[in-house]
Amino acid sequence: MWQIIQSNKRKSVLLFILIGIVLLALGALVGASFFGEGGFIIGLSFALILWTILSSVSYFSGSKLLLKISNATEVSKNVHPQLFNVVEEMTIAAGLPKMPKVYIINDQAPNAFATGRDPSNCAVAITAGLLTQLNRDELQGVIAHEIAHIKNRDILFMTFAGVMLGSIVLISQIFLRGMWFTGGGGRYKSRDSGGGQAQMIIMIVAIVFAILSPILTQMLYFAISRRREYLADASGARFTRYPEGLASALEKLSQNKYTLKSANKVTAGLFIVNPLNKKGMKLSDLTSTHPPISERIKILRNMNNGAGYNDYQLAFNKVKNKSSAIIPSSEIKKAERISKREGSADDKTMSKKKTQRELGDLMMNVNGYVFLACVCGLKLKFPPGFKEPQVKCPKCGREHKVPLAELAAVTGAINEGVKK
Amino acid sequence: MTVLIILLVVAAVVVIFFVSNYNSLVRFRNQVKNAWSQIDVQLKRRHDLIPNLIETVKGYMTHEKETLENITRARSEAMKASSGSVGDVAKAESSLSGAMGQFYVVVENYPDLKANENFLSLQEELTSTENKISFSRQNYNDQVLFYNNKIEMFPSNIIAGMFNFTKDEFFEVKTEAERQAPKVQF
Repeated sequence: MWQIIQSNKRKSVLLFILIGIVLLALGALVGASFFGEGGFIIGLSFALILWTILSSVSYFSGSKLLLKISNATEVSKNVHPQLFNVVEEMTIAAGLPKMPKVYIINDQAPNAFATGRDPSNCAVAITAGLLTQLNRDELQGVIAHEIAHIKNRDILFMTFAGVMLGSIVLISQIFLRGMWFTGGGGRYKSRDSGGGQAQMIIMIVAIVFAILSPILTQMLYFAISRRREYLADASGARFTRYPEGLASALEKLSQNKYTLKSANKVTAGLFIVNPLNKKGMKLSDLTSTHPPISERIKILRNMNNGAGYNDYQLAFNKVKNKSSAIIPSSEIKKAERISKREGSADDKTMSKKKTQRELGDLMMNVNGYVFLACVCGLKLKFPPGFKEPQVKCPKCGREHKVPLAELAAVTGAINEGVKK
Repeated sequence: MTVLIILLVVAAVVVIFFVSNYNSLVRFRNQVKNAWSQIDVQLKRRHDLIPNLIETVKGYMTHEKETLENITRARSEAMKASSGSVGDVAKAESSLSGAMGQFYVVVENYPDLKANENFLSLQEELTSTENKISFSRQNYNDQVLFYNNKIEMFPSNIIAGMFNFTKDEFFEVKTEAERQAPKVQF
């Protein structure tokens, strides 16, 4: 494992520098095209300052930023005990020092991601839609995949890349739109009549670079992130000792017909499957963050002999028909025998209506509603801030005491979470 | 003068060798202890959950007195063993797991029980606790393996012999039922 972590740390540093260079070059070119030759330095120093600020922001609060963008709410155990238990189990299995914070995203598109700085400062987020679709084994598989990203130190890299990519996209957008409005050369061009030609060339280069740099950064990012997905699948299978759980969860994810509303190009790389992908589209193009799901499923289902790293590598070779090393050689050499366990028989084949109802309940729960079951079978739902002490069941007319204390506690917890 | 320096250097090397080996043995031993306490927490949690479970299902499972008594007996036995050696604990806990396995099979015949929210949440807690036990057991056995290797291997075995470091026991599951991870049905 140590080798994986080391190589990931090295790659994070490499990416940090490469994206920095792209950002500095972009800044210098934009500056030069607006302010003439002197602008080269202005643009460069501006970009340098921006780069420093962005790096520290993504290091210290990148995860909070991404969770906020994704519309995720931190939840306590009573909202979804099973999710909490599964996260705790995987924390133990992976040997993390501390349990990650748990977030639920209010969206019915199924997806999940992990973010943070290091294993002591991290979080896993899962959409309400995914949570209601999966059974226990599948949920365990998904969480194991996310915890593996934390364990392999992928999260800092992904968070950092997300924030950086976002700002590069932003700068080039501002520049290109600015060009549109000022009509090309900018005010300073006409004064400097001698440099007009050179200015024009810089201008064109800047425009081309502004268009290309987001794509370039994205490709850099994706080139390194695909292998991480395979690796996280392998670790996930090893942690749960049950590859089928993750495989069948991925299968459910691939049949998704919703698009995650809060996801965009910037955050796409974080998720367990590409959130921008719609049903039927092929994921095999160059700029995809994730390997095709069907392939990931096939590899997991081909792990016949066990759930160890070497089993994953063997299955990978078999499916891909070539042997490129996904798992670092030090792990293969150990050739540990990790036997698979049997799945639990908890199948979650609910009717569509019931799934929808559970999804609605979960979302209400996340938003601070408190439920009370009436004897007649009706579930009374109290919104946060409900004041009446007594209420009649609308179906059978029985009097109920409103759980005001519980309501106040839940509302308080949510407000505190917002303040944080 | 040179002889004195050589002697000093040799003495320093010997001291460094002793200190570093002793310290790493202590570190390994503490890691084993830490791993054990993680298992212990989960075992205690299981012991605490079982009375609640029995209380919840008693009303439903009037015909399964024997199954429930088996669980209660296995639980008190496991609690008695909890202060004993690792081997004793492992044995007692295995038989408790066996009794629980029996119970899960029987539960299948009680659809009413499977609709009871209280039972379902207890069931979830128990399943999770059993999973946590098996995951932390893996970690504990890994730590024991490192520690025992250190004790047996040269040169740390000299220090281990001098300061009375003894090998630890693996947490091994004896019954067939436990060897396959908890198979929960509901």
